[in-house]
Amino acid sequence: MPFRFTRIPGVDGKVLVTSEVGEFEFLDETDFRGFAAGTLSPATDAYADLQGKHFLVEGDPSTTLRMVAAKYRTRKSFLKGGPALHVFVVTLRCDHSCRYCQVSRQTADQARFDMSVETAAAAIDLMFQTPSPSLTVEFQGGEPLLAFARIQQIVEAIEERNRVEGRAITFSMTSTLHQADGEVLEFLRRHDFQLSTSLDGPETLHDANRPRPGRESHRRTLEGIGRVREALGERSLTALTTLTRESLKHPEAIVDEYVRLGFPSIFLRPLSPFGFAAKAAQRIGYGMEEFLPFYERALAYILELNRKGVAIQEAYTGFLLSHILTPFPTGYVDLRSPTGAGLGARVYNYDGDVYASDEGRMLAEMGDHSLRLGTVHDSHADLMNSEGMQLLLATGVAEALPGCSDCAFLPYCGADPVFNLAREGDPVGHRPTNAHCVKHTGLFRILFRYLAEADPHVVRTFTSWVTQRPVRRLPDAEAA
Amino acid sequence: MLPLHTRAVISGALSRQLLKVLDLAEALRGDVPHEQVAVHLDDGIDVDTGVLRDLRFAAVMRPGATDRRPDDVLPVICGLSNTDVVNPGDVIRVRQDSGQLSVLYRRGANANSLFLTVQCNSRCLMCSQPPRDEDDLWRVRELLDLIPLIDRDLPQLGFTGGEPTLLGPLLPELIRSCKAALPWTGLHILTNGRNFADPAVADSVHDAAGFATWAIPLYADVPSRHDHVVQAAGAFDATVNGIYNLAERGHAIEIRFVVHAQTLPRMQHFAEFIWRNMPFVSHVAFMGLEPMGFAKVNRDLLWVDPVDYGPALAEAAWHLQDRGITTSIYNVPLCVLPKAAWPLARQSISDWKNVYDPACEGCSMRPRCCGFFASHGPAWRSRGIRAFRFDEAAE
Repeated sequence: MPFRFTRIPGVDGKVLVTSEVGEFEFLDETDFRGFAAGTLSPATDAYADLQGKHFLVEGDPSTTLRMVAAKYRTRKSFLKGGPALHVFVVTLRCDHSCRYCQVSRQTADQARFDMSVETAAAAIDLMFQTPSPSLTVEFQGGEPLLAFARIQQIVEAIEERNRVEGRAITFSMTSTLHQADGEVLEFLRRHDFQLSTSLDGPETLHDANRPRPGRESHRRTLEGIGRVREALGERSLTALTTLTRESLKHPEAIVDEYVRLGFPSIFLRPLSPFGFAAKAAQRIGYGMEEFLPFYERALAYILELNRKGVAIQEAYTGFLLSHILTPFPTGYVDLRSPTGAGLGARVYNYDGDVYASDEGRMLAEMGDHSLRLGTVHDSHADLMNSEGMQLLLATGVAEALPGCSDCAFLPYCGADPVFNLAREGDPVGHRPTNAHCVKHTGLFRILFRYLAEADPHVVRTFTSWVTQRPVRRLPDAEAA
Repeated sequence: MLPLHTRAVISGALSRQLLKVLDLAEALRGDVPHEQVAVHLDDGIDVDTGVLRDLRFAAVMRPGATDRRPDDVLPVICGLSNTDVVNPGDVIRVRQDSGQLSVLYRRGANANSLFLTVQCNSRCLMCSQPPRDEDDLWRVRELLDLIPLIDRDLPQLGFTGGEPTLLGPLLPELIRSCKAALPWTGLHILTNGRNFADPAVADSVHDAAGFATWAIPLYADVPSRHDHVVQAAGAFDATVNGIYNLAERGHAIEIRFVVHAQTLPRMQHFAEFIWRNMPFVSHVAFMGLEPMGFAKVNRDLLWVDPVDYGPALAEAAWHLQDRGITTSIYNVPLCVLPKAAWPLARQSISDWKNVYDPACEGCSMRPRCCGFFASHGPAWRSRGIRAFRFDEAAE
């Protein structure tokens, strides 16, 4: 059967082989050469291991192919139903002026940067034209709570419409939470919102990254977190960390801040090459070769905390490990092949334009409109047939991209034409210098090194991240 | 351990072999047609059997009485060699000629199974119920009579054999019969699944979807080893296709893995194989050997002291349980399992399996332990067997 392979730095004498459907095996050099040459002895364990994982097949292959096909369908099942994540950019207004902001934010009093009632109604209609049985409605900005009235209107209209539609609907929002109080909290609680906020680490770092008039962003965010947890419960809120050049010096302090605040998960997110971040790259930006050592240190620290009984996970690692260790796709749309842009997600901008992804609209703010699929007054079919979608489909399948098609990490990775457009002005991108590629091959090498080492505690911790269950504790007598 | 057979004195001509035994109050409630009921009368009770005859009951049973009473006008079953064998609620088969009385369904037993056929198309090395090639369709005919007499509040009923799919259209008929008579009873059907590789056979049992769990053994992640264990070429491929065909049609699947020297080398890989290829299964059962049938003959080929495979078994079982697939360990006593595996160890499901060793005397874990098969002997005794003190078990 077809396979891909690579050698992992730090894993000596072994070759990682991966299959089209994401099975993997570490082989000794000798076994690997035998396997590649077709001379591996059927009496070896390696032969049985490879056969059990469908790297090799004896005789009639039809049963093996049936299992492989089932695994392939399962891995790619996110394609069924079309876009499930629908982002409503209800306003561009924001009271922050973050240095790395992806969005071309507007000052808080410019109401013409709010989504109109008519635009919202058309966007809702468009969302229900997609066949997906489950829909996530995500509110973004700007600071979406500055347009709270519009959010209320959209949520109520969707719930009304859903009495007939019967979809499984989840509401979510990315917000600083500074405006989340009283009536707002009660509304969010009633509609069971999943909230995400930005927390960049300890106070000094956070406030340096996220300035606002009167500063105090960190203190206000913490207060917001407290109010939300009290009103909606602990599990309703996650936080993500945007990493600036300064952040890279403080992996332990950033993780500690999340532990201190009781978060079970931290999302360490490198800067995106969009919006202000692109302009400010000189000051706050960095290359992926600088991010990777930071990540490695942060992950080692997180694993050490878990070993001591502190349950904290890194969210992006969780997605990557799910791709590696399970037969299932995740709901994460930003690392898929075919790309999640337009196929898994869609963005309704405040002005009525529809984009394939959040980054697509940021690209438009930078002057590149190639991922504008149309407007909220088009039909679902129009949008899916748009030039923007054609571009994404032609360049968003990693299996067909140069440099990706023969990469051992392909089954776990994804295509990101939007990122490539922003960074390189070309949706395919040049792999050897491509930041998306450098980042992900780097991450996969780190993770596969851990998997090859197979430290029992690390394995149990990783397993708990992909199954979302607590780490299983062994009885004391056997823990050693 | 209560036997299933005893002898009885039968006086009068029974109109039918299969009878539901009910005490008087329940018999009169009329849930079971009177013609199929033997009214169970305790020694002290004085009832005019003429009235019972007028009510069209089939017989009376006086387990302890030596003979019929002079005024009995119904057939009487009495003089049971072992009066404990039959109790109200049971369904019995009575052989008029020999006086043999067999319990086909026992109310309150922790497992009730219907034995469908002695025939099988596999010859598993460790088969506890070696198949025979004989025409035994009479069993199905009897079962079709038995099913309507089973208590409707029975939570689960097993189908065992032999390989039930060899019955052809009679298997779907049995399933339909259960669904009609016992709509609230889940079926648990043992099959090697091979015949379901034929989509038409998988189609034929559509009545079982949502009603039955198909319990299908799979002994390896690679065909050669599985085929060797079941002594049938091509069995692995057929079983895998059978499982997929059933799953695609909405059936619930349980996977069974018997741990012994021939399956142990692939056990860990087997667990990952199930997770990768069949994460839809509802249950995975790892089982210790039942020392009966072919297993006795092949003892040297199969035997591994469970105390030696315990850690590997814990690892494989938790590999699946950790991933959200309900997993159980059966037939391995707690003292030979690492404590890590205890949360997954179940007490055996069948009454006849729970016996204990002299070494179990005073063991504080006994109430939670599966014990041993009744057929367990010295050749099958783990060196790890011991009693737990109270404080050890409490940890």
